[in-house]
Amino acid sequence: MYVAVKGGEKAIENAHAWMAEERRGSPDVEELSLPQIREQLGLAVNRVMAEGSMYDPDLAALAIKQARGDLIEAIFLIRAYRTTLPRFGCSCPVNTADMACDRRISATFKDAPGGQVLGPTFDYTHRLLDFKLAADGDVPLAPEGVPRQEATPHIMQFLKGEDLIQDEPETDAAPGDLTREPMEFPTTRPLRLQSLTRGDEGFVLGMAYSTQRGYARNHAFVGELRIGTVAVEMDIPELGFSIEIGDIELTECETVNQFKGSKTEPPQFTRGYGLVFGQSERKAIAMALVDRALRWKELGEDDQGAPAQDEEFVLSHSDNIQATGFLEHIKLPHYVDFQSELELIRKLRREAQDLAKSKGAAE
Amino acid sequence: MNEYNFAYLDEQTKRMIRRAILKGLAVPGYQVPFASREMPMPYGWGTGGVQVSAAILTPEDRFKVIDQGADDTTNAVSIRKFFEKTAGIATTEKTARASVIQTRHRIPEARLREDQIIVYQVPIPEPLRFLEPRETETRKMHSLEEYGMMHVKLYEDISQHGAISTAYAYPVKVSGRYVMDPSPIPKFDNPKLEMDAIQLFGAGREQRIYAVPPHTRIVSLDFEDYTFEATKAEHSCDLCGAGDSYLDEVIMDDAGNRMFVCSDTDYCRSRRSAGHVGRLGEESAA
Amino acid sequence: MTAGSQFMGGFRDAPIDAAHAFRAAMTVMARPGEIRQLVGATPPTPLSVAAGTLLLTLCDPDTGVHLAGEFDTLQVREWLTFHTGAPIVKAPKADFAIGRWKDLMPLIEFRIGTPEYPDRSATVIVETPGLLPRGALLRGPGIKDTARLSLPDVPALQANARLYPLGCDFFFTCGDTIAALPRSTQIEAET
Repeated sequence: MYVAVKGGEKAIENAHAWMAEERRGSPDVEELSLPQIREQLGLAVNRVMAEGSMYDPDLAALAIKQARGDLIEAIFLIRAYRTTLPRFGCSCPVNTADMACDRRISATFKDAPGGQVLGPTFDYTHRLLDFKLAADGDVPLAPEGVPRQEATPHIMQFLKGEDLIQDEPETDAAPGDLTREPMEFPTTRPLRLQSLTRGDEGFVLGMAYSTQRGYARNHAFVGELRIGTVAVEMDIPELGFSIEIGDIELTECETVNQFKGSKTEPPQFTRGYGLVFGQSERKAIAMALVDRALRWKELGEDDQGAPAQDEEFVLSHSDNIQATGFLEHIKLPHYVDFQSELELIRKLRREAQDLAKSKGAAE
Repeated sequence: MNEYNFAYLDEQTKRMIRRAILKGLAVPGYQVPFASREMPMPYGWGTGGVQVSAAILTPEDRFKVIDQGADDTTNAVSIRKFFEKTAGIATTEKTARASVIQTRHRIPEARLREDQIIVYQVPIPEPLRFLEPRETETRKMHSLEEYGMMHVKLYEDISQHGAISTAYAYPVKVSGRYVMDPSPIPKFDNPKLEMDAIQLFGAGREQRIYAVPPHTRIVSLDFEDYTFEATKAEHSCDLCGAGDSYLDEVIMDDAGNRMFVCSDTDYCRSRRSAGHVGRLGEESAA
Repeated sequence: MTAGSQFMGGFRDAPIDAAHAFRAAMTVMARPGEIRQLVGATPPTPLSVAAGTLLLTLCDPDTGVHLAGEFDTLQVREWLTFHTGAPIVKAPKADFAIGRWKDLMPLIEFRIGTPEYPDRSATVIVETPGLLPRGALLRGPGIKDTARLSLPDVPALQANARLYPLGCDFFFTCGDTIAALPRSTQIEAET
């Protein structure tokens, strides 16, 4: 009887064995391979890399397989692995102006050097279930163009020439690292951006959406969205120069936002910035909107009390690994706390009843 | 042993945690920020306690883990196994034999000794959090020793309910300076916070470590006319007959019959093996 | 010290040696006045075994270390840099400082934390010619009733304690023994 509440080792082992069986599903169906996940569920892999803060498509694919497709669980696996890795150093900043773009669009200019390149996008697809995919249909090869040789300039630089967009201060200062130092509020923009780029896509999306609906609206246009690969370089002190250590795929979004000007600044455009691992454009655009909303103080704007303007609120709640852990912990036993509440409620009720009785007797 | 560093964490992380523990001991009750690492278990499931334990354990230690006072609750089992695997240390369920005890929500009934260390898992380390959600504000309040809001809250309870309606995680003042959350232990355990052992508190998700050295003065907040009261169910343990231990209430059947048993399983077991028998003791032993 | 000797004298088994060393350091910080043995490292002179072991246990590239007076030697610098990677800094930037009492003066140079972050203060390691459980009377957290410890300079340490919750925290080392005095301890001179 009483012994039944004791879980113990055996229960845990059995639960894990059952879960492993469920993960595999019916043995009559062929097992998923990691290359299949990496190649055919690429956007899931990208999300796991972005929010797991680790660029490794193969490990992300493994995490997705192990997590049975639960992406937050997969992100957790990657984070827990990432934290055990030794840190050899920091890369040089990547130069997104040198990006080999697969996709590059601007909503603010009809055309610009480098052109509008739609690239592999869901945009303009009709969201009709494609029943051909249910069968193993071969996909015809997409037509190929001639790759652009020269660099694709950032759209924003064309506004810069006229001084119409606010300059971002240049600095060589090393940014902080939110995985190595506890966050302290108020924080700095580099740390805000770090937090947003690994923040939960759904949370950042919801925050961004709230700004569009009027909770600290900031009139954003997508100045430019680009997706492609950039080289990562590292300075090697022993060599005295930097070497390329690999390529990563990134999505970068710069928004152009209205700014009426302040006492010290003339009217000009301002920007929000989003940069995310892989092809993750919903996340990059959302990140840029939230970044812009969080800059209200620096730009001398009013605090409208909107959630997206509240740095401590946004950054304290954007991490889905922290959030899901704490949320799910309430299924752990709490009998001790509950018992203390139970006793308290009983005591308060008893006292209230006694009071009512004595009142009744007096009347 | 295995491919992990001793007690899982890398040495640099342990040093960072160790430095935070020393500062925590030097300023009892003050929450030291630390760069909590992602652990291979979820935030909210003891990552703070696990990181503190990993930073203090030595191979000679004998480790005990309890959750809700019990050694065999699932999360306690899981954490104990984690350290058996990554630190190769000996474990025990006997409070008296343990050199380090990691706990969630309870302080053992047996008085802890000078040579023992207790590590608490803490979900929300900030005692003022539910009065003021902003870290920027609560930090200021601690720095100014501005705890009026907490007293107002407790007093509002009294005016509304005729009693302080905080039953666990009952705030305490440490050595006359910092107001501290003792973690969600029942207020029955608050008097035990003045003890001979070293007490360390780890909050992983919230990235805070704090500490209480042995023999530190701990006062549960109260009022002259409404003094603090360490309460428990008004029963004795139905298995061992103890009248002085914190009790879990267990529903036994569809008719709603209850039994009350010690939440501290080691305390209950050692009393029973010493011959103490409660109301339902024999029946259950059968 | 010979060329290359900075590579010597570190921990033999870093995770285990550091675990033992930290346990001793934590115990004395939690129990002001208690004296414990602290071994593991074999540092170059004039560092004591206890102080050298403590530095290897707590210092790394994230902590600035101040070497005061005769402790600021090339050998000590090289040894510390090789084993910990800790940057050598001046007193106002130090997370840790090591030296004889007179060379660590004035204490006002060291960081005492801020009202919102009292933990951001220096930990001062004082090499002493003797470390005994007698002398100044100590009271406070970690002490059952009272304790006694041979302290180098009661008025200066009392002034530090008056800054509470700000202030520096101290370790005292002598040979292979260590004791501690956190800022929370109230001190009375021997009468």
